[in-house]
Amino acid sequence: MYDTTRPEMNVDQLHTKISARNVQVFYGTKQAIKDLNVEIQDKTVTAFIGPSGCGKSTFLRCINRMNDTIDSARVEGEIMMDGSNIYDRGVDPVQLRAKVGMVFQKPNPFPKSIYDNVAYGPKIHGLARNKAEMDEIVETALRGAALWTEVKDRLQESGTGLSGGQQQRLCIARAVATAPEVLLMDEPCSALDPIATSQVEELIEQLRSQFSVVIVTHSMQQAARVSQKTAFFHLGNLVEYGDTDDIFTRPQDSRTEAYISGRIG
Amino acid sequence: MTDFPNDGTKSGGQQWASEAFKGRLAKRHRKETGLKLLGLAALSLAFLMLGILLWTLISGGAQAFRQTHVTLDVPISAEMVDAADPAAGNYRGVIGEAMQATFPDAAPDQMRALSGILSNAAQFVLRDRVVADPELIGQTVEIRVPTSDTYDQLNKGNVDEGSAEATRRLSDEEIRAFRQLEAEGRITLPANWALLTNADSRFPELAGLRGAIIGSFYALLVCFVISFPLGIGAAIYLEEFAPKNKISDVIEVNINNLAAVPSVVFGLLGLAVFLNWFGMQRSAPFVGGLVLALMTLPTIIIATRAALKAVPPSIREAAMGVGASKQQVVFGHVLPLAMPGILTGTIIGLAQALGETAPLLLIGMNAFVTAAPGSPFDASTALPTQIFIWADSPERGFVARTSAAILVLLGFLVLMNAIAIFLRNKFERRW
Repeated sequence: MYDTTRPEMNVDQLHTKISARNVQVFYGTKQAIKDLNVEIQDKTVTAFIGPSGCGKSTFLRCINRMNDTIDSARVEGEIMMDGSNIYDRGVDPVQLRAKVGMVFQKPNPFPKSIYDNVAYGPKIHGLARNKAEMDEIVETALRGAALWTEVKDRLQESGTGLSGGQQQRLCIARAVATAPEVLLMDEPCSALDPIATSQVEELIEQLRSQFSVVIVTHSMQQAARVSQKTAFFHLGNLVEYGDTDDIFTRPQDSRTEAYISGRIG
Repeated sequence: MTDFPNDGTKSGGQQWASEAFKGRLAKRHRKETGLKLLGLAALSLAFLMLGILLWTLISGGAQAFRQTHVTLDVPISAEMVDAADPAAGNYRGVIGEAMQATFPDAAPDQMRALSGILSNAAQFVLRDRVVADPELIGQTVEIRVPTSDTYDQLNKGNVDEGSAEATRRLSDEEIRAFRQLEAEGRITLPANWALLTNADSRFPELAGLRGAIIGSFYALLVCFVISFPLGIGAAIYLEEFAPKNKISDVIEVNINNLAAVPSVVFGLLGLAVFLNWFGMQRSAPFVGGLVLALMTLPTIIIATRAALKAVPPSIREAAMGVGASKQQVVFGHVLPLAMPGILTGTIIGLAQALGETAPLLLIGMNAFVTAAPGSPFDASTALPTQIFIWADSPERGFVARTSAAILVLLGFLVLMNAIAIFLRNKFERRW
């Protein structure tokens, strides 16, 4: 099912896609993230692990500025993507979100047809000039999300009629349809059964060839399976960040060690 | 690890069987049964009251749905009606002659009373037919016209013929004349479509709801056209775009308060602003619609905000996640999903407006208007104000018509609520 002997990519040779410097996030007066510094590599799966409420989802939502939609949220510091700060005044979050796709915890397809679900992003960003181009984008995205063979004969049926795992892959197809550079996944498998989970994990592995994937997960096994880099968050701090193998076998920090061995969290 | 003692003693193992525990359990069950009975009693009382209301209305109003008619052969002589100008003919005279022919033995002074059997409308019914077809002049025409109200009541058994002659509105002679017509098979009791197709009239046998229904329709149309877009717009702004601060809090509280303001106050506002200040037409459904729109707006705003709030945040996140702008999220995803709820709220608001009387009284929509309005700017009544007018009229025929008009109004309300339920069930999405 999952090839554990795959050759590890040498992450050091990949360039940095996202680099966060001194990021602080506040919800009202409560500080959710303190002094976060991290470099996320291109064409790599980076897993964020940590106990509930530790700020990993919060940071994930900083990367595509979803936190902007929460009135009380305030972000300080810099998040550089390809060398420019995404929190610069000139950056339009709407455009940023086309470049940074997101998949949510619960599959949330629009109550529209499968085709319209995938075509929505390209449509609002004007990525297709005609129907033929749109058809191609939709097919590519669905193929990319390993869903094409299952739905190609019923593209006009409602996206909400699919099974949970198919819905989540549809959401992934929707996210990759705008040809993003980064794909954020917020516990994408927490609402899925083990078979659907393994399908999505396999998909994540394939997506890595095109995107920088950042995944928040509560399952340490999943983090170990899919990621090359792992960041451990605890109480709003990024405690430890490094190669996944190192984090799970030779954690440097006692809190990391306590968490992965199941003593805290 | 739990903090339960793990020393082998079962905590409370005995308690489940103790008398005290059984007592508490029985008390709990008693409370539940009591609550259930209370609910049933309240429900039964409500149904009883509804039953009494409907029974009163139906038993009182049923008679108004049929109207006694007289069929009469009327010879139209060329002397009375000039073929050159049929509209100016002496149709009163024509009818009089026909009545004289029906009762050849009656003396002229009796004739006066007997011609009262026919409704005042008889001459106009005849005139309209002759004007439409002047060929009829010189021929004998069979017309079927309503009887006047007193004879209608006689036919419906509401006149006590055994009582002293002086205490009834009909003399023995008049009753005899009516019975004679009845024996000749000239009296019929067909369905009273005039109740819906006639406008208001001084004469109960001619009075109908056409003006009131059209007036109510225009008023509701104006109300809908104004309050629906305005209400949805305000709700979308408040719910989706407005910053949450002191000002928006104050606005929210005020909108909720407005929904609870007595409707008569809106009527006064309409009187002061639309009639006195803007100088708009009194009694016009347009002004009625404006006033009702003021009243319906808070209802629609509240319903729309609730419907917008009920759209799951995951849909908003999904749309924003692929880079939709706020406006695209709201109009492309949230609003369509909220539409069933918005429509339901709107229809219920309009149904409320349809039954509203007090504000319309204040802007003069209780005027006596005998023609249906041709536009929202003509003077007119509305259904509830028509009920108000008829309820004030002493004639027996109006008493039944009041109940009948209430039934018609209730019919429209039930219809609107049924549409609301239908829309909700049809377009409600589950996700």
